[in-house]
Amino acid sequence: MQLPILTALGSMWEILRHTFRPRETIQYPEEKPRLPPRWRGRIILSRDPDGQERCVACYLCAVACPPDCISLQATEDAYGRRYPAYFRINFSRCIFCGFCEEACPTDAIQLTPDFEMCEYDRRNLVYEKEQLTISGTGKYPGYNFYRVAGLAIHGKGKGQAENEAPPTDLKDLRP
Amino acid sequence: MGRRGEGKPVSSLAQGLANAFGILVGLLGLAAGLIWVERRLLALWQDRYGPNRVGPFGLLQVVADMIKIFFKDDWVPPFADAPVFVLAPMVIVLSTLGAFAVVPLAPGIGVSDLNIGLLFFLAMSSLGVYSVILAGWASNNKYALLGALRGAAQMLSYEVFMGLALMGVVLEAGTFDLRSIVIAQRHLWYCVPQFFGLVVFVVAGIAEARRLPFDLPEAEAELVAGFHTEYSGLKFGLFFVGEYIGIIVISAMIATLFFGGWLGPGLPPIAWFLVKVAVGIAFFILLRASLPRPRYDQLMAYGWKVMLPVALANLAVTGAVVVARAGGG
Repeated sequence: MQLPILTALGSMWEILRHTFRPRETIQYPEEKPRLPPRWRGRIILSRDPDGQERCVACYLCAVACPPDCISLQATEDAYGRRYPAYFRINFSRCIFCGFCEEACPTDAIQLTPDFEMCEYDRRNLVYEKEQLTISGTGKYPGYNFYRVAGLAIHGKGKGQAENEAPPTDLKDLRP
Repeated sequence: MGRRGEGKPVSSLAQGLANAFGILVGLLGLAAGLIWVERRLLALWQDRYGPNRVGPFGLLQVVADMIKIFFKDDWVPPFADAPVFVLAPMVIVLSTLGAFAVVPLAPGIGVSDLNIGLLFFLAMSSLGVYSVILAGWASNNKYALLGALRGAAQMLSYEVFMGLALMGVVLEAGTFDLRSIVIAQRHLWYCVPQFFGLVVFVVAGIAEARRLPFDLPEAEAELVAGFHTEYSGLKFGLFFVGEYIGIIVISAMIATLFFGGWLGPGLPPIAWFLVKVAVGIAFFILLRASLPRPRYDQLMAYGWKVMLPVALANLAVTGAVVVARAGGG
C-alpha cells in the first residue's frame, strides 16, 4: 500500500511538470481556430449552377426548425417556378442544429464554417434573403433540382429531365 | 534573548508608523495581486494562459475585478442577522492582518516585535474561526451553517497540532520571539531538525487558511459556497482578501520559522524573505491545482490519528534532544 502523502506528492510533481507543456488555448482574435468544412455555422441560401435560386419555398426547413427561427413566404414566377417571396432567419434564435439543411430537398439551405456574426443590436441578427443568398453553389456543386425533377417548367417539358423516361400515355393499351 | 544585535528592534515612532503603514499597503496590494497570480499559475498548470488580456500580462485584471466588486450591490439578505453578518468579514481581515503584525520581514522591518510573537500569531489565527462561524450563523442559510460547522470543527482540530508543531521550534530556539527564532537559524534552518514539525505545520496551515484541498467550509461542490454563500460585493471581497492574506501569513510563518526568515547569502535580507514567501504561496497554489478535496471524516481522522501523534512525537524527541544537548537528563 502506498502512503497517501506519497501519492499526493506524486500528483503534485506531475502537475508541476505541466509548467513546461505547450498551451492548449487558441488566442482567438489574433489566432483563428481551424473549422472543419462540415462546421455548422452561419446559414446561407445557395444558387444552382445556372445562377438561379435553389430554394423552392417548400417550408420543410421552417417545419424542421426546433426554435422556429425560419420564416418564409412561397410565390411563383410567370413560368410556375416556386421561390420564396421573402426568406428570413432570426439568428438570435437559431441554435445551429442543421436540421434545416437535412430537411432541404434541393440543397438550397446550407450551414457554413463561420461563427463571427456578433452584433451590438439584436435586430441586426435577423437576416433577410439578400443577406442569406450567396452567388455560388455552396457545398454541393453541379446540382440543379429542376434538371432532375419530373416537373414541367419553362424550357423543359415532361420526360425531359435527366435520367427521366418519357411519360407514359395512360390511354394507350400498347406496351 | 541577548542575541538581538542583528534584528534591531524598530525604533522611533515615525519610523514605526512608516513601517506599519508600508507593510499594510504592501500586504493588501499583494493580497489583491494574488488573485491574478493564482489564476495565472492555475492556468499554467492546466495548460492554459489565464487572464492575459487586461494590461501587460493581464496584470490590470486585478483592477478590473476590483472595479467590478466595488460597484456590486452591497446587499444584506432580509433573513440575515444584519450586524453580525456585516461584522463577520471584517473579523477575518483584521485577524489575519493582526497575525502578520508580528512577522519580522527583515532587520529593522516589521510592525511589532513582541517577545511572545509566536503565541500572538497562534491567537490571531484562532480568532479567524470566529469569522467563519459568525458568517455561517448570521447568514441564516443551511449551506452557510453547514460550512460554518465544518469550518469550526476543522480549524479547532487543526489548531491543536499547529501549536504543538511549533513548540519544537520554540524548544530549539528557546524563545517565542520571532526575530530571535530567525537569528537562531543562522547556522541551520529549522526545516532540517524540525522536518516533521514543518510537515505538520504546513498541513495545519493549509487547514487554517481553509485552502484547497482543505476547503471543506466552502466546498462549492456540496455547499454552494459554504459559509459565505449569502455574501456578495465588497463583503465577499473582504472574505477573499482575508483568505489571501491568510495564505501570505502562513507562507511568511513557514519562511520565518523553518526556512530562516530573511537569512540567505548575496541578496538583501528583505529580498530573501520575499522569495521564500513567494515560493510558499506558489506551493499553496500548486496544492490547489493538484489535490482533490478529502471527505470530511477523512479530514478529521487524518488530523487526529496521524498529525497529532506525529506532532506529539516530534515534540517529545525534540525535548529529549534539547535536554541531552544541554547536558542535563
